[in-house]
Amino acid sequence: MTGLVQQFEREATDAGCAVRRVAAGDFAEDFAGLLEPPAVGAPLPFEGVSLPERVTTDPTPGELESAETGVTPARFGISDYGSVAIESTPAGDEQVGLWPGHHVAVLAESDLVADMPAGIERVGEIARSGGDVVLATGPSATADMGELVVGAHGPRKVSVVILEDR
Amino acid sequence: MTGRTDSAQRREEKAARIRHLLSTEGESVERNTQGFNRGRYDAVADLSDYEELKDQARAVKEDAIARLPELIEEVRESVESRGGHVYLADDADDANRYIREVVEDEDADSVVKSKSMTSEEIEVNDALREAGAEVWETDLGEFVLQVADEAPSHIVAPAIHKSEDDIAELFNAHFDPEEPLETADDLTRFAREYLAERIAEADVGMTGANFVAADTGTLALVTSEGNARKTVAATDTHVAVAGVEKLLPRFEDVAPFVELIGRSGTGQAITSYVTFLTPPGDAPTLDWDADATGPADDREFHLVLLDNGRMAMRDDDQLRETLYCIRCSACLNSCANFQHVGGHAFGGETYSGGIATGWEAGVHGLDSAGEFNDFCTGCTRCVNQCPVKIDIPWINTVVRDRLNRGEGPAGGDGSSFDFLVDGLTPDEETDSSGLGLQKRVFGNFPTLARLGSATAPVSNWVARAPGARALAERVLGVDSRRDLPEFRRESLRDWFTARGGPAVGDADREVVVYPDPYTNYVEVERGKAAVRTLEELGVEVRIPDLPATGRAPLSQGMISTAESQAETVADALGPMLDAGRDVVVIEPSDLAMLRADYRKLLPDETASRIADRSYELFEYLYGLLENGADADGLRAGDGEELAYHAHCQQRTLGLEEYTTEVLGELGYEVRTSDAECCGMAGSFGYKREYYELSMDVGADLRNQFADAERAVASGTSCCEQLSALRDETVPHPIRYIAPDE
Repeated sequence: MTGLVQQFEREATDAGCAVRRVAAGDFAEDFAGLLEPPAVGAPLPFEGVSLPERVTTDPTPGELESAETGVTPARFGISDYGSVAIESTPAGDEQVGLWPGHHVAVLAESDLVADMPAGIERVGEIARSGGDVVLATGPSATADMGELVVGAHGPRKVSVVILEDR
Repeated sequence: MTGRTDSAQRREEKAARIRHLLSTEGESVERNTQGFNRGRYDAVADLSDYEELKDQARAVKEDAIARLPELIEEVRESVESRGGHVYLADDADDANRYIREVVEDEDADSVVKSKSMTSEEIEVNDALREAGAEVWETDLGEFVLQVADEAPSHIVAPAIHKSEDDIAELFNAHFDPEEPLETADDLTRFAREYLAERIAEADVGMTGANFVAADTGTLALVTSEGNARKTVAATDTHVAVAGVEKLLPRFEDVAPFVELIGRSGTGQAITSYVTFLTPPGDAPTLDWDADATGPADDREFHLVLLDNGRMAMRDDDQLRETLYCIRCSACLNSCANFQHVGGHAFGGETYSGGIATGWEAGVHGLDSAGEFNDFCTGCTRCVNQCPVKIDIPWINTVVRDRLNRGEGPAGGDGSSFDFLVDGLTPDEETDSSGLGLQKRVFGNFPTLARLGSATAPVSNWVARAPGARALAERVLGVDSRRDLPEFRRESLRDWFTARGGPAVGDADREVVVYPDPYTNYVEVERGKAAVRTLEELGVEVRIPDLPATGRAPLSQGMISTAESQAETVADALGPMLDAGRDVVVIEPSDLAMLRADYRKLLPDETASRIADRSYELFEYLYGLLENGADADGLRAGDGEELAYHAHCQQRTLGLEEYTTEVLGELGYEVRTSDAECCGMAGSFGYKREYYELSMDVGADLRNQFADAERAVASGTSCCEQLSALRDETVPHPIRYIAPDE
C-alpha cells in the first residue's frame, strides 16, 4: 500500500496538486489551514472525519459562485495518474469540486487503486448503477489563450488530503 | 489553351493562399503543433505497454464498428431505461431539426456548448440562432473563434493559429474592457467571468462525447477546462451530439482510450477531467433565478447519434478505418505540412489534418476532401502515431485515386493536354477526367527518367534551355526555382554490365540490388558505392533489369497503375527469391513499397514473401557486420561529424538506427534530426503551388543542421532538398563508407 501512496503523491504533485497525508484523528486540525472562506462542501463519508461547521453544505448556486474553497470526498484515487474520482451525489459533489477556485479532495488511503484499468473497473460499477464520476487530475487548465494557463472554468488550485488510516 | 491557363492560375492562387497563411498563422500553428508533438513523444514513452494499448484500442474499434447497428439499439435501450432520449439522425438537417425542437420545447432562449467537432460538422449553432436562441461556445478556444467569427484550424485546439497578442487585440477591440487585457491569464479570467454569466443564464447545455458505452449508456468527455462539466451541471436539459462511431460495446472498453487520447493529442498523460456521465446521474440541478437546487431527475437528456454518411463509410472497405478515429490530433501534430500551414489550408469544411481526408470524403463528399488532399505527401510519419493504427496515408491515396478517376471534382489541371502524355500514362487511367497533367508526369517519373537517361546529356540541356522552365511551370506546374534531376547517360545497370557483371562469385550471400529509377539514372554514384561496399563484405551482387516499384504512380493516387506495376515486380522478383537471393534497396520510398505498401496491392502471401526478403541498404550492411563480415576494407571516419537525416518512410519502418549504428561503428560521430520531414516529400516540393510550403518546412531541418559541417540523407528527395537548403551537394551516407573505386 505504501508504494501506491508514494506513487499517487508523486503523480498528483506532478499534475499540480498539493498532497498531504494525515491520520483521521489529526484531520480537523490539519484541515483548518486549507479552508480559505467562504467554503462549501459535500459530506465526508469517512469514519471519525467530518466537515467543520463553517463549511456550507448543500450550497445554492449563489453560494457556489462566491465560494473560495470546495471540499468533496474522493471515491477513490488512481496512483498511476494521480487522479481522484469525484462521484456526483445529491449533495452536489460535482458542483462543489468545480465552481470554487480551490478544490480540496479527501481520499482514504485504502481507496487507492494502482492503474487505469483498475480505476475504470471502479467507475464501471458506479456507471452501472446510474452514477456519474469525474476523474480529476490536477487543476483546470487551458492553452487556448496562447499560453498555458492554470485555472480555466474550474479550480486553479487542487489539494488532496489522504487519510492514512482510512 | 483555356485548360492550361486555368490550371496555372489555380496553382498561383493556391500558392498565394499558402503564402498568406504561412505569414499570418504559420508561426503560431508551428509553435503549438510542434509543442504537442514533442509532448506526445515524451508522454507515450512513459507507457510501458504503449503498443499493447494501441492494439487493444484498435481491436475495440474494429469490433464496435462491425457491430454498430446492434450497438445503436443497445444504447437506445440503456439510455431510455433511465428516462433519456436517443435520436438517430440521418444527416445534419435531421439532427438540427431534432435539436431545434428540443430547444423550442424547453422554451430555451439560450444554449451553452462545450467543444464538439461533430456539432461543427452539422453547424448546429446556425440552426439554433435561426430558431431564435442565443448560442455560446464555452470552450475558450471556440469562444475566441466565435468572437473572431472564424473556423477552427485544429480539431483539438481550435484557435491554435492565434497568439496571445492576437487574442488580446481581438478581445480589447470587441469587448472594450475598462483595463486592456494583455496576458493569457488576463484573457482567461475575462473569458471565464463572461462565460460564467452565459452559463448561469442558459437553459440548454450541449456537449459532444468522446466515447459512448452502449451497455450502460455512459458518455465519456475528455476535457481540461471544466466547461463541459459546467455546461451539463448548470442546465436542466443536456443534449449530447455524437457520431455513431463513438459507440463502444462495453463500458470497460474505454480504458485504453483514456490512457491514449491525451498523450496522443496534446502530450498530456491525462487531461484534467475525464467525465463519465450516465444521465440523469445524481448531480442536483441549479436554478440561478431562485438561487436554489433541484433534484437530478429534473434534468432531461437527449443523445443525438449522427449518421451523416458514417453508415455508408462503414460499408466502404477503404473509408471504414476512418470510423476508428478518436480525433486525438496526433496525425495533425506529427505532420510537417500541417505544422507549418495548419487547418485553414490543410482541412476541409469541418475536419483538418491527415485523417480529415477520410472524414470529409465520408461526411461532406469528395469535393471537400479534394480541396486539401494533396497536402498529404504520403510521408507516413503519422502512421505510428495513430493510437488506433489507422493507415492515414492510404486513405489519402484512395481518395486521391477517386478524385483522379473523376468521381469528384476535376483534379484541377484540365485534360486538354492529353496528347503530351500519350504513352506516358498507362491505359487504364488515361481516360480519367480528374487526373491532371502534373500528376501524370510525376506519376510516370520512371519513364521520364529512362527517356531522360537515354537522351542525356541532350535531355538535361533541353531542361536548361531558355524558356523551358517557364513552360514546365506553366504547363506542368513544376516550380522553376527547383533544380531538376540531372540524368546520367550511363545508367547504373549499364556500368554494371560494362564492367562484366558480378565481381564476387561463389559467395554465401547473393543479393539483387534494386535499380530504382533515381539510383539507376540520376544518383548513379550511390548505386556504385553500394555495389562496392556489398562486394567488399563478400556478397555476390546482381543488378537485373527490374521494373519500377509503382511508388511514383501510387504517390499521385494512381492505384491501379501502382497495382499492375507491383504485380510485374512480383513476377520478376519471384525467380530471384526462389534462387535464394535477398533484395537490397537504396531508395527508402521504394523499400517502403516492397515492405509495406505491397500488402495493399498484392495477395498476402506474395507481399509477405517480398517484404520478408527486402532490406534497406544499411539494414543489410548492419546484418552483414553483425554476422562477422570484415569491415576493414571500408572507408572509416576518424571522429568526423556527420549530420544525418533519415527518410520519413524509413523512420516509420524503424530503419533509421541501422545507418547511425553502421556509421558509428565505422568511426563517424553521427547526429540526427528530429524534423518530421525535410519538406520535399518526393514530387511535392517541385509543385509550383507547394514550393514555398516545402521550403518553409525545410527551414526546420536547415536550422537543426546549421552548424553541421557535413550532412547526409538517405532519400533522393531529402538529398535534393538539403542540397537546396545548404547550397551544397548532400550525398547518401553510403558515399562515406564505400571503398574507393
